[in-house]
Amino acid sequence: MNAGVDPAPILELSAVSKRFGSGIEALAAIDLSVARGEFLSLVGPSGCGKSTLLRIIAGLAPPSAGNRRLTVDHAPGRIGFVFQDPTLMPWSTVTQNILLPFRIAGQRGAEPRERALAALRAVGLAGFENAYPHQLSGGMRMRVSIARALVTDPDLLLLDEPFAALDEFTRLQLNDDLLRLWTERRPTIVFVTHSVFESVYLSTRIAVMTARPGRIAADITVNLPQPRARETRMSPSYGAICERISALLADAIRT
Amino acid sequence: MNGESSLWLRVGAPVLVGAAFLALWQLAVRLSGVPVYILPAPSDIATSLWVDGPSLLGSLLVTLRITLAALAAAAVFGGLIALVFSLSRIIEISFFPYAVILQVTPIVAIAPLIIIWIHVAFLALLTCAWIVAFFPIVSNTTVGLNSADRNLLALFRLYGASPAQILWFLRIPTALPYFLAGLRISGGLALIGAVVAEFVAGTGGSETGLAYRILEAGYRLAIPRLFAALFLLSATGIVIYLLLDFVSRRLLRHWHESAAAREEE
Repeated sequence: MNAGVDPAPILELSAVSKRFGSGIEALAAIDLSVARGEFLSLVGPSGCGKSTLLRIIAGLAPPSAGNRRLTVDHAPGRIGFVFQDPTLMPWSTVTQNILLPFRIAGQRGAEPRERALAALRAVGLAGFENAYPHQLSGGMRMRVSIARALVTDPDLLLLDEPFAALDEFTRLQLNDDLLRLWTERRPTIVFVTHSVFESVYLSTRIAVMTARPGRIAADITVNLPQPRARETRMSPSYGAICERISALLADAIRT
Repeated sequence: MNGESSLWLRVGAPVLVGAAFLALWQLAVRLSGVPVYILPAPSDIATSLWVDGPSLLGSLLVTLRITLAALAAAAVFGGLIALVFSLSRIIEISFFPYAVILQVTPIVAIAPLIIIWIHVAFLALLTCAWIVAFFPIVSNTTVGLNSADRNLLALFRLYGASPAQILWFLRIPTALPYFLAGLRISGGLALIGAVVAEFVAGTGGSETGLAYRILEAGYRLAIPRLFAALFLLSATGIVIYLLLDFVSRRLLRHWHESAAAREEE
């Protein structure tokens, strides 16, 4: 475990499985424990149930069997979720979109607004408060989506392949922004991706999943020094871990 | 093609076609010597429009009142029916077929019954026009209310939104473009419904709508006046459409593709 990580788990899954109504078995007996402050990546071949697992963690879908234990407040806003699409309300301005969690909680006034503006600054979008989503680029929309997930200062932040649809340059930039936000605020992050490089660069820990039905094939701690920066990608140990995860992933696809 | 030249083309080309058509019409009637009670020349129609204009406008106002009242009723009740449908799948499944039946039954066939049942002429005509106009709003808005983005729905649930909040913050805004598209169709249909109902009802009272003036002009072989009334009806339909289109663009200009796409060209 990394220094600064509270060993008490924030999330524990035991023998969680998921079978859809169509009979497709998406997940088989997942055991997973995530400590407070960790940055865990789930990598696996497409269709391995990574997104399903994330939705179960969020409580958006019930598992077919097994237990999910979450030690965060049950108050709404303790969990943030970022989808693969920015998932913004096109009829609302950037600020109104970020204010959504407060609006649902019935909180109005200056304080939520301050926090929304702070979240907007944190993702580098100051000056776009009154823009509408269709006026923004794909990368900027994703930043709004991340700002909305962060605005309640969640204990657990779940991201479902958030950068998959972006170009390489934007993606690298958002990787660094996400790292910076994680370092500053230290939420626990579960991050679904199919990019090995992205997962190694970002995470403190990586769970490699098998093809459907998804299982956790390997659970690797990433011991690269913090804070990570662009130089990290040049280091030999970064390359070694990438190679190792790639090999594990290749095995996971074969089985 | 840049914005300005495309605007000229979009306005200029149809106007040119119309002018050429009218000139050809005028020429053909005058050269062939077709009697005016078979086919009047555009100049005859224009004269009639000038002479009978004030009385025709009075009749147009009667028809327009019915049309607008029916359209407003269609918007309100169509929207409410769609809302009820979206709230309860069982109610939607149970009642939607009857909305379809009401829609596919020719209004000409049921208008006499409605006129017998409802003694107030205005209300009877209003009901006929409403039956014709409400369906596009109901069916469009129902689809719209059920089209909310699945991930946004998940997000609302994650933040503990109540069904009322999901309806108000998510489903209704999602449905707005669908509702407005339905409204634009209903605008034209309300006018058609009003005219058909007037045709069936005859005078029905002291006030006569434009449809009855068309019938009357036909009986009297005042064909130029018939054309003049027809022209007023079409113009009214076009104005209603343009107005609704304008309102729709204003409401959606910030976010919907249908209203926003043009400014990027």
